[in-house]
Amino acid sequence: MNNQRRTVLKSGSGAALLGLLAAAGLITPGMALADWNKAAFDAKSMADTLKALGAGQPADSKDVQVTGPDIAENGAVVPVGVASTLPNVTMVAILIEKNPNALAASFVLPEGTEANVQTRVKMGQTSNIYALVKSDGKFFMATKEIKVTLGGCGG
Amino acid sequence: MGNPMKIRAANKDGVTEVKVLVSHEMETGQRKDSAGAIVPAWFITELTAKHGDKLVLSSEFGPSVSKNPYLAFKFKGGAKGDKIVVSWKDNKGDSRTDEAVIA
Repeated sequence: MNNQRRTVLKSGSGAALLGLLAAAGLITPGMALADWNKAAFDAKSMADTLKALGAGQPADSKDVQVTGPDIAENGAVVPVGVASTLPNVTMVAILIEKNPNALAASFVLPEGTEANVQTRVKMGQTSNIYALVKSDGKFFMATKEIKVTLGGCGG
Repeated sequence: MGNPMKIRAANKDGVTEVKVLVSHEMETGQRKDSAGAIVPAWFITELTAKHGDKLVLSSEFGPSVSKNPYLAFKFKGGAKGDKIVVSWKDNKGDSRTDEAVIA
């Protein structure tokens, strides 16, 4: 039932990277969750995450908006929204540059679903938030810095 | 199984807005308890929403989505009385499905 989004997410280098990791014995096949894009969620840096999502180097776009507070008092609950006016948006992802793992969430939007998603994320420290949007097969990105007064990832 | 999700769906001018509040710990696996032992990661990995039989959103979460995740999105179509079904699955293999009616 969810075959389509697997193709979308794992097309490109995602599947290849996962395969490589498995071959190198870094992750055993049993460890990886059935559907979840482990490579992308385990990637630590922005560049690795983008690679795992098959996004390469997305272009900055004014047609992508990241919404969120300028200052977040509580890093454990930071409201973040992504909206875009680009046509045929099939995928939206939220990345937080300075979190231990950059990728927070990714959304696959079937036809008819608008490129307008809001959620709440945790932020360990002040960081840039990136909204990644796939439109007509190309990737676009927008950034917003959110200052965090109290981190949400520590103990 | 977890606690029930709170789901609100409202149709306005042919566009249905869905808001979901999930009850889940969303442990990152980075936190330590009072004894200094790492609290194992426990978080929702996948969440899907359907309008009838049609998939309207499929999302993948990492541990950095907040505790008790909130999600809002919009899709074209949907009518009053239609069913919205939301399901999630976490990294421990637990899952839950709840539904709501479009208002």
